[in-house]
This record gives sequence, C-alpha cells and structure tokens, in this order.
Amino acid sequence: MHEIYMDNAATTRPTEAVVSLMNEIFLSDYGNPSALHLKGIDAEERVKTAARQIAATLRCKEKELIFTSGGTESNNLALIGAAFAYQRRGRHIISTAIEHPSVKKTLDFLETQGFRITKLPADQDGRVSADSVKEAISEDTILVSVMYVNNEIGSVNPIAEIGSMLKAGYPDVIFHVDAVQGYGKYKIMPHAMGIDLLSVSSHKIHGPKGAGFLFIREGVRVVPILYGGGQQKNLRSGTLNVPGIAGTGLAAEEAYQKFDKKTGTLAGMRELLREELSQLEDVTVLTPKEPLCAPHIINACFSGVRSEVLLHALEDKGIYVSSGSACASHHPSDKSTLMEMGYPKEVTDSVIRFSLSLNNTEEEIETVIAALKELLPVLRRFKRR
Amino acid sequence: MYTSFLIKYGEIGIKGKNRRMFEQALMDQIRFALKPVDGTFAVTYEQGRVYVNASDEFDYDGALDALKKVFGIVGICPMVQVEENGIEKLIEDVIQYLKDTLTEGKHTFKVDTKRANKAFPMNSQEINMLLGEKILDAFPDLSVDVHDPEIMLHVEIRTHVNIFSEIIPGPGGMPVGTNGRAMLLLSGGIDSPVAGYMIAKRGVAIDAVYFHAPPYTSERAKNKVVDLARIISRYCGPIRLHVVNFTDIQMYIYETCPHDELTIIMRRYMMRIAEEFAAQDGSLGLVTGESIGQVASQTMQSLACTNDVCTLPVYRPLIGFDKQEIVKVSEDIDTYETSILPYEDCCTIFVAKHPVTKPRVDRIRKSELKLAEKIDELYRTAVDTAETILVK
Repeated sequence: MHEIYMDNAATTRPTEAVVSLMNEIFLSDYGNPSALHLKGIDAEERVKTAARQIAATLRCKEKELIFTSGGTESNNLALIGAAFAYQRRGRHIISTAIEHPSVKKTLDFLETQGFRITKLPADQDGRVSADSVKEAISEDTILVSVMYVNNEIGSVNPIAEIGSMLKAGYPDVIFHVDAVQGYGKYKIMPHAMGIDLLSVSSHKIHGPKGAGFLFIREGVRVVPILYGGGQQKNLRSGTLNVPGIAGTGLAAEEAYQKFDKKTGTLAGMRELLREELSQLEDVTVLTPKEPLCAPHIINACFSGVRSEVLLHALEDKGIYVSSGSACASHHPSDKSTLMEMGYPKEVTDSVIRFSLSLNNTEEEIETVIAALKELLPVLRRFKRR
Repeated sequence: MYTSFLIKYGEIGIKGKNRRMFEQALMDQIRFALKPVDGTFAVTYEQGRVYVNASDEFDYDGALDALKKVFGIVGICPMVQVEENGIEKLIEDVIQYLKDTLTEGKHTFKVDTKRANKAFPMNSQEINMLLGEKILDAFPDLSVDVHDPEIMLHVEIRTHVNIFSEIIPGPGGMPVGTNGRAMLLLSGGIDSPVAGYMIAKRGVAIDAVYFHAPPYTSERAKNKVVDLARIISRYCGPIRLHVVNFTDIQMYIYETCPHDELTIIMRRYMMRIAEEFAAQDGSLGLVTGESIGQVASQTMQSLACTNDVCTLPVYRPLIGFDKQEIVKVSEDIDTYETSILPYEDCCTIFVAKHPVTKPRVDRIRKSELKLAEKIDELYRTAVDTAETILVK
C-alpha cells in the first residue's frame, strides 16, 4: 500500500542528505566539541558550519544562536530566561490564548512565580492583531510572546507588524516568537522584523528530532534554565548534540533553497485540498483564507464523525493525518485553539488536520479525497450517543 | 556467590504415577522462564529434587524474579553447591557460606544435616554437632537455638554437598501445561489478564482471543493487549493471541437489534468465535474475567444469556472477586499499569446508555433471529481474517 503522510506539522521525514550527513558525523566526527584535541576541533567545525547555515537564513549573526533539544526547550529558555532576566523591570507578560502547550504551560509556571500573564483571545481567523497587543501593554510589561503560525489551524499572525509596533513605541519590551511552524515556510528576518527571541525546531523542517535552536538578538539577556559545564556561553550547558546540530544546519539550508518556488508548490497543493474538501457534503474548512494561512496546514471539520474514528479509517488506507489537538487531552483546562476560538464540542471533536510537505503530490490529495468520499457515508451510519 | 537454586514443589509430590510428568513440565517451565535471564543454566532432576545450576556468572536477581513466576514452585532456595571432599573441607565450606551470607548482629542458628550419601564417614547427628561447634568458634555473635532458630542452616550430603539457609516463597500452583489448554477472552481491561493468570496458576496453558473494532479502536489499543499478553506469558508460557476484527459484526448488530441488548448479543458472538479458536487450538474451556454484578453484562441474568451459546465449560476465576481484589492481583502480577492506559476497546465504544440488566434468554434469542440474513457470512469472515500472534 502506498503510504500518504499528511501529518507534517507533527513531524517530517528527514531528507536523505540530512540522514547521511548525520550518519557520517556519528561514526567519524564523534568527538566532544569542547575537547582540546583534533577530534574535538573537527566536531566543533561541524557546529560552526551549522551555525553559519542557519544564520544565513535568518540574516543574523552566528553568535546569536543557541542550540537546544527542540521547540519545547527553546520556548522554555526564551520565556523563563527572559522573564527572570528582566523581572526587575516588571512582571507582566503578554501572549495569546492559542499558543502551543510548550508556551502556555511555561507561562502557567511563570504565573506561579509571581508574573502576571495576559492571554489575548484570537479572532475568528485564529489570529491576534498588533492593536490588541498594543492595548494590553502596561507599565510593567517586559515580554510579548506570539506564535508565527498556529499549529492546529495554520493561521498566521502579523509578526512584523507587532514587531515594528513594539520597537517603535516600546523598545524595552522583549518580543519572543514561537516559529516552530513558521520557520522554513516564511522568510523570517528577526532584525528587520523586531524579533528578539525566535524558537525553531529541526524535525518540522526535515531535520532530526531532538534538535532545534533559539535565536537571541545580540544585547538581549536570558538567564539559563540548564546548569552544568558552561557550554554555549553558559546559556545552555550540556555536550553539544553535534550530529543533530549539523542535521539542523543542513535542513535549514535546504529549506531556503529555491524558497519561493517551493512555498508556491506547497500553497498550490493546500488550495487544491481546500477546494476539494469544501465540495464534500457536511465538511467545513476551518483554516482561514490566503494570505492569513500558512502554506502547509488545512484543518477541516467533518460533521457527524469523530476525529479519531476518521483518523483510524484513513490510517487503514495508508493515509496519516492528525485529529488536531482536541482529543489529545482529556483535561478540561487544556483547551485547543478551536476551543479557544469558541467552536462547540460537536466541531472540535470532528476535526482533522492535514499538513503537507513537498513529499506530497497532487495525486495523493486526489487519493485522500476519494478515500474520504468512500468513508464518510459509512462512518456517518454510526453516531455515538 | 550462590551457584544454584534448589526448587521446592508442593502439590506435584502427591500426584502418584503422574509425578514424572509434572516434574518434567515444571522443568520445562523453569527453562522457559530463565531464557531471557543473563547466564547459562542447567535444570536437572536428581533423587526427587529439581535443581537450577548456573555454569558461570549469572544475573542472580533476574533468575530469582523469573523463578518466582513459575507455577508449581513453592520455595526457592538459593544455594551453594560444592564438591564432597571429606569433613575438613565441609567445615571450611560451611564457614565460608556463613561469612558470605551473615548479616550484622547477633543471631541464633541450628544446623540441619541430611546425609543421603551413606558412604560419608559420620552420621547426620555427629555432623550437626561438629559443624555447630566450629561455627560457634568462628562467629562469636552466633548462638544455638534448636527450637526456633533465626538461621536454619541446611547441609545436604549427596554426590555433592548443598548448603542453604534461605527459602524464598514461590507462586505455588501447578506447572503450566499439566492441565490442558484454555481460551482466554482477553480485553485491554484489568480483569481478563488476571483471570488468565489465575487459570494458568492451576497448570492450564493459555491461548487468547482479542476483539478489535477498527477504525473505532486504534492500533495502540491492540498493541496494549499484546503487551498484556506478553506480561502474563511470563507466568503462563507462550500465548497464541488471535486478533479478530469485530467491526462489521458490531455494526450489523447495532443496526439490526435493540440497542439495550447490544452488549449481550455482542458478547454471545464473542463467545461463539472464541469457541471456534478453542477448537483450533485444542482448548478444553473458555476463560473470562467476569465477576458477578460488576457491570450490566455481568449480572446473573446476563451471564446466563452469554453462557447460553457456549458448548465448552466457561471458567470465570474472578466470579466472586471485588474490583479492589482484582486490582490487587493485577498490581502484583504487573498488568495494572498497562491495563489502565486510556485506549478505548470495542466494548466501551458500542455501549447503550441503558443496557438491559436482566435480559431473558428467549428474548435475546429472538432478537438474534433478525441477524439471520448476513451474520453467518460476517462471522465466517471475522474468523477467517483473524490475525494470530505468538506472544512470548
């Protein structure tokens, strides 16, 4: 059975080049980059190469990058690190209600440490505006954290607008962007866009799992959350994950080669999927329209069918999708983006997220649509009471 | 320092002519249990005794854990086995054994010698007295108590000399395979793995059948059942697990029969299918985790309705257990943590809001008649397309 993988917002398949580079480093350049001997120096060179590759995509300096274990750690380091570094200036943090749990839960922790958190609601398109951020700013605001692309519905926030508003009127406020779903899909220039901290995960861009980085604008202070051997300027102790870092560098470089053509192809497939889905009976696409949506995510509601059931039925045909984050948790306080946007349970229990990569094809989209046409009437025969 | 285990077994001893067969089964089960343990083990039978001898360095704790799961064993004695080479050598070995095993502080002891090798020049009583004297000389913190000693030092003089002082309780029961096979209806819940364990304890080999309902249940729910089967196979040996796709039968019952009778009718078909596999595997009975009154499908009336379709005996070892008692066993045998993982199985998805609690067999039979058109075909397909996994 041909496998159709449309869960690329969850994770992606690493490219052949990334895997073979990492394989080579695992077996040859296995030295500790902190070691004084040649084996260490060779490993260190691999790290420097990766930093150069990534810095080129962000138009930033190499020393503005801290390598981490991925998106969650980057978000933790950015938020906890900046909050504690600037707490004497104030204790107010502004974010949104639709952030990824690695931001939401970190802010919950900061709340227990005496910080005041404002979570801005999202509008009907799943976005927050620069104006709403501006209105929330008070005397003691030290940090604003807004995600680039929402992981559930693919909506895109006006990051550059928020950044320039902040830099113009509130230059002391630190601006953090969770770009886990945005990096590789948008050209992100932190210096030009007023971004101070930017979180990126490697495995969303065809790099390895367990790797990522945090951009920290020169001059911005962050206190460490991991203590130990003092690697990476004391900001992130722990032996560097050399193969993972090298894989990240290469994946980043590849992601931004022929960038416009690639994002164009991706958005084209997304629009095809959107149109085809819209024509199915009792199916509502929840992802906002261009230009408010990312090129790779389409979220749709299939009325009368439970997400998990449809997911497993598609899986049976070799099609891999996600049920959104709605069913992932049974905890009532863990609200998904769609719940935060006010959608009722009938909708949030019936959503499927399709997320594309360039490994997908238009034929695959047609196959998925054909599968849905076959499955939906059968699955709607059984309704849970 | 221990080199061997002496295995004590209980009920096998009284089984008359069948004794050899029971002992053989016990040894087979011990070998199976020790397979994943680091070390090379010889399981031998000698003069009415079963021994496990490690030929080299081995994982003592791992071996002990494995042996504690072998039904039929009532006691495990970690033991030092040495060459028989005269009384001076024996004294030396016993002193060394105590040096290695004694804990700090004052203790009372007694020496209990058994001399199976009558060629040894002293009798048991003489050896007891001599060893006792030498031990008192060597260990000032020890004193003799012949009535209630803390340390009962066993010295057995056979072709070798066995020295041991500790008896660790085994699980009891009878060696798996000495009492035929049974087919367990295994779900992902807490009860059915415990039921399988309890039947296996009486020497019954277990095979299992699991009903899944894709896409209403996930692959993870199935993997969880495989994991549960793997845990209980540590006790009951390899399990043939038949995974039956039950979706179409469930859907058909759902669309055709009264909804409050769904669960009962569904369970009747599960029993029928289980019997089919029981016949294939040579099973002599079915095993379920039912306990009276636990849920609607386990009232006396419901059990009667389910039983109505069975030709084989249905064993329900948990029938008089409270939930807490079942949970206790599942914790002891290590299935609990896996059982409570939150994946839905087919029983929890297709339940009516108010299922009948006092179903009548005649009415249920009548409802089933409505299924006549397609059920045979669906039943055949479910049996024929089942996947069989050997879990060990």
